[in-house]
This record gives sequence, structure tokens and C-alpha cells, in this order.
Amino acid sequence: MVEPNAPQDGVRAETAVEIVGLHKWYGDFHVLRDINLTVMRGERIVICGPSGGGKSTLLRCINHLEDWQRGRVVVDGIELTDDPKHIVAVRRDVGMVFQQFNLFPHLTVLENCTLAPIWVRRMPKKDAEELAMRYLARVKIPEQAQKYPARLSGGQQQRVAIARALCMSPSIMLFDEPTSALDPEMVKEVLDTMVELANDGITMLVVSHEMGFARQVADRVIFMDEGQIVEINEPKAFFAQPQHERTRLFLQQVLR
Amino acid sequence: MAATAERNYLRTAPAERLPSPAERAGMFGWLRENLFSSRGDIALTLICILFIVWAVPPLLRFFLLDAAWSGNDREACLASPQLPEPGACWAFVRVWFSYFVYGFYPLFERWRVDLFFVALAVGIGWLAWLSAPRRDLGAVYFFIVLPALSCALLSGAPRLGLIDIPTALWGGVLVTIVVATVGIVASLPLGILLALARRSELPVVKFIAVTFIEFVRGVPLITVLFMASVMLPLFVPERLSPDKLLRALIGVALFASAYMAEVVRGGLAAIPRGQYEAAQALGLPYWRMMALVILPQALRVTLPNIVNTFIGLFKDTTLVFIVGIFDFLRTIEAARADPRWATPVTSVTGYAFAALFYFICCYGMSRYARNVETRLARAHRR
Repeated sequence: MVEPNAPQDGVRAETAVEIVGLHKWYGDFHVLRDINLTVMRGERIVICGPSGGGKSTLLRCINHLEDWQRGRVVVDGIELTDDPKHIVAVRRDVGMVFQQFNLFPHLTVLENCTLAPIWVRRMPKKDAEELAMRYLARVKIPEQAQKYPARLSGGQQQRVAIARALCMSPSIMLFDEPTSALDPEMVKEVLDTMVELANDGITMLVVSHEMGFARQVADRVIFMDEGQIVEINEPKAFFAQPQHERTRLFLQQVLR
Repeated sequence: MAATAERNYLRTAPAERLPSPAERAGMFGWLRENLFSSRGDIALTLICILFIVWAVPPLLRFFLLDAAWSGNDREACLASPQLPEPGACWAFVRVWFSYFVYGFYPLFERWRVDLFFVALAVGIGWLAWLSAPRRDLGAVYFFIVLPALSCALLSGAPRLGLIDIPTALWGGVLVTIVVATVGIVASLPLGILLALARRSELPVVKFIAVTFIEFVRGVPLITVLFMASVMLPLFVPERLSPDKLLRALIGVALFASAYMAEVVRGGLAAIPRGQYEAAQALGLPYWRMMALVILPQALRVTLPNIVNTFIGLFKDTTLVFIVGIFDFLRTIEAARADPRWATPVTSVTGYAFAALFYFICCYGMSRYARNVETRLARAHRR
């Protein structure tokens, strides 16, 4: 049993995420089947696979947006149980970027970024705004800070979403198909931002079909199908010699 | 040859921007587009003009030109050789006006009611004026200071030298405003809580909310008021049972909150799941997520419906007369039976005055809500 307050000791666990024997059902549908995965601190992982394969569900278990019926998920040394304290503690430390951006439309870009630092971290407003401007500059849209999200392009919105997550100084970032809802000409700007982030050494789990991105930054690529992890490998080997028949078929489809 | 030329087209000069055609510009263009654009439109426009010509002059004549503006009894409003068809009897409204506003509130204490009206107007103005300074203080004033102040002012605080005025003496606009304001102010937060409870994942909370909402919605307001004022005293000893007006207030507030809950629930249902998930993923606990992310959006979506409920509630306050409370409409009812003012036009004038009052209040709310709506819509597209 891992102590829930372990990360506060200053010595961070070497393991960022540990998933053991995870099973999840939607009604009768067995959506996650016996998932075992250990992610080391600083590791960058890309999860791919056909839709409906459980990739997003797995990702969403890591910050407990989904619950599960069997198995264990330990994030940053905190075991996720039904205890809301543990859930909130994990969520403060895990940033998430969604396919549909999910920016708050009634708040400006700046307010989107400062909301959680102010109301979760209890940071003074001025400090939160400074921090937000720093991250907005990092995703290269500081000039949009006073606008409402509806005025921004999809790519800009997704970069704001990344900045918003970063403002909580997470140690782990989850990306749930961050470029799938974007027009083709905006995919690159978001991927560039993510590559930069990856180079900074933050732990990343990315559900994506961007195989170029996987090749460039991933430490490991995971292929999921029918709720199972079918194959895990380093990107070079993964793309050069996929071991499993299903992986080969999938790669033929997406790399065509 | 020609076919190839069509298939490979390349624009060499940019297409010019042209001004919009002349027949769409100016007043003539507006008239043509909006009133006379087709045969059907022309017919409708003409019918409307005819209707206005037919209806407006007699109304003007009755309510303004031939109306009696002053006088001390029915003589002023009766038919005379000079005026065989008398107009509205505004003299009646003038003489009875203070009764319409205060009911039987003691004459020498009416300044307290006036002060209450002023204090309320300041509170409403402070909150309604969106760019007013220190609106947070305004909210404290409106929701904490004002209720205490009003209670002391209206019903009395012997320690402050304000004698007790039993609510049985209250009446008129005072009662209507008190019932409507309490109903409106209490129903929104209660409605929000009920709506949240109804969407709760806790079965007990949900069950209580659903039962309450469905029960109250399934019963007419009159029944609720009867229960509050007639049945409650049967079970609770007289000295323990609260004041009659207070009972009606609670009845109206609970009734309105059930409707408000359903309105707010509609707004909550309109918020995409992604908004909840994004707020949760940032680590916001439930109440902060609701207060900062979900409710601001949900209430904005439902603003027209919320105001609709307020307007309905404002007009429903007239039903408190059924339990013997003298609201504004009831004071008019009482006054028009006065034999000193018995004329053929007294009732019409009284009801017209009531209609004017309710219309001004409700139309004011509606206009204000539309202002806020367009303002919010504009702001969020900046």
C-alpha cells in the first residue's frame, strides 16, 4: 500500500502512474480488460489504436473522470479510491487536454487560465495572472489573453487549453486526442507546442493518431484494441517491426 | 477549346466590393422590405393601419381627453349635458391612491413604507446596473442588510422606537411588492439548490427534490395558500403559528422555487459534459465547479425563462387575496365598491390602473432581461 501523502515528502516517486489489473465495464460491455501499465516519471507515452478500443477511457481513469470496477490506479504515489480527497489531490497534479478543448466560454482566455490557480491553489489573483501570462506566452498567444474563447481558432483554443492545464504546474499531462477536432492546417501548431512540452521533461500520456508525433517524442508507444493493451514498444521498433497482427493492420491503415 | 478554358479558370483581377443595391437602402427601402414586400404583406399592413385607426382614437378619448382628473366624489365622473359619454374617472384613483399604495397602514407611520420603497429601489438599482461600483457590497446590502432593515421598518422594532404594525394592516402596492420581492429573491437560490439536488447522484437527496418539485408543481398556488393559511392553524396552536402574511410569503416562495428548479434544471442540462469534466480535471471540487463554471453558464442560458417565471410570479401574487390579504388588486376591488364613487366608469378605471401598474412592472423586468441578454451575448463574442 502506497501512502497517500507520499509526494509531500519532497522525494518524488520514480513511478508516475501505476495501473494494476484494471477492469472496467459499461453495463455488459467490457471496455477495459486487465490493463497493467507502469509509467516512469518523465516518460512520454503515446497510446494509439482503433476507436472504441478503450484508449480514452484508460486515460480518463488516471484522473478518475471514469471509475472502474476492478484493479488499482496509483498516481504520483496516491492511490485513487472513492475518497474525494485523494481524487482532488490527484487532479491538482494531473493536467488534462481534451479533444473538444472544453474551454469555459463565459470566461476570457486569461480567466480560464487563472481560475484553478486562484480557486484550487488559493494563489493571489495577481500572481495567478502573471503565471497565466507566462504560460500563454509559452504557447505563443499572450496577445489573446483578454479575448473570449469563441473568438479564437481551434488551434489557438487548444493551445489555451494546454496553457490552462499547465497553470496548475502538473507533474503529469494527459492529452485525449488533442488534434482530432482541429482543421488540418492547425494541427501543426498544437503538435509543436506539445513537442516543446515533451522536451521539458514533463510526464506525458497522449492518446493520438499522429504517428509522426509518436515517432518524434514518444519513449514508448502503446497499441490498444478491444479494451486490451496489445503491444508496447519503443517507437522505432513499434513502427519498424510491429509484433502483433492487429498492430500491423492498424499501422497499415494509418500510415497509408 | 471552350471546355478546357472553363475547366481551368484562373482569376486575374480581384472581384470588386460593391455597395448594396439602392432599392435596399434608406427609409423607402426599409418600408418596401418590411411592410410592402409582397401582396400578403401589403394586405396585412393595410389591415393593421385600419385597426390602429379604429382602435386608438376611442381609447385616447376615453382614457385621456374625456377623462375626469379631479373631484371629490362620483359627481365628477357622471354623464353631464356637456359630456354625455364620460371618460375614465382618474379622480377616483387620485382620491384612493394612498390606500392603493399603503392599505390600512397607519397614516403617521407611512414614511416607513416610503423609506422601504427607497431602500428597495437602491438595492435593485445597485444590482441591476451592471457596471455599478462595488456590486459585491450591493449583494451584501440586498441579501442581508435590506431584509433586516425592511423587517424592522415595516413590521416594527420597539427597541428602535418603531411601533409594531400588524401585517393585517398592510395592503396595496406594499404587499404586492413585498410578496413579489420575497418570492423572487427566495425562489432563485432555492430553485438552484432544488435543481442541483434533483441532478444529484445521491438517491435520498434526489428523491426529496423530485418529490417536493413534483408535488408543488402538481398543486395550484391557491391550494398552497389555503393550506398555509387555513389548514396550518388547525394543526398548530394559534400562538405558535406564524403570521398570516408570513405564511403566504413562505407558500409563494416555495411554490415559485419548484418552478424555478425546473427552469434551472433545463439550463444545467444544456451545459455539455465537457465543461464538468474540464472543471473536475482542474481539481475544482463540486461546489466551486458549480459556482464558477456550470451555474454562470446555465443561468445565462435560462435567463429568459427565469425572467418569465419572475413575471408569472409577480402576477400570481394577486392570488393572496384569497386568504384575506389586501394586495394591490384587492385594494382596487375594495375601493371600487365604494358607493360614493359608484359610476359606470369607476370599475373600468380601477382595473385600467391595475393593468398599467402590472404592465409597467412586468415590462420593465422583461426589457431589463433583454438588455442583459444582448449585453452578455455581445461581451462573450469580444
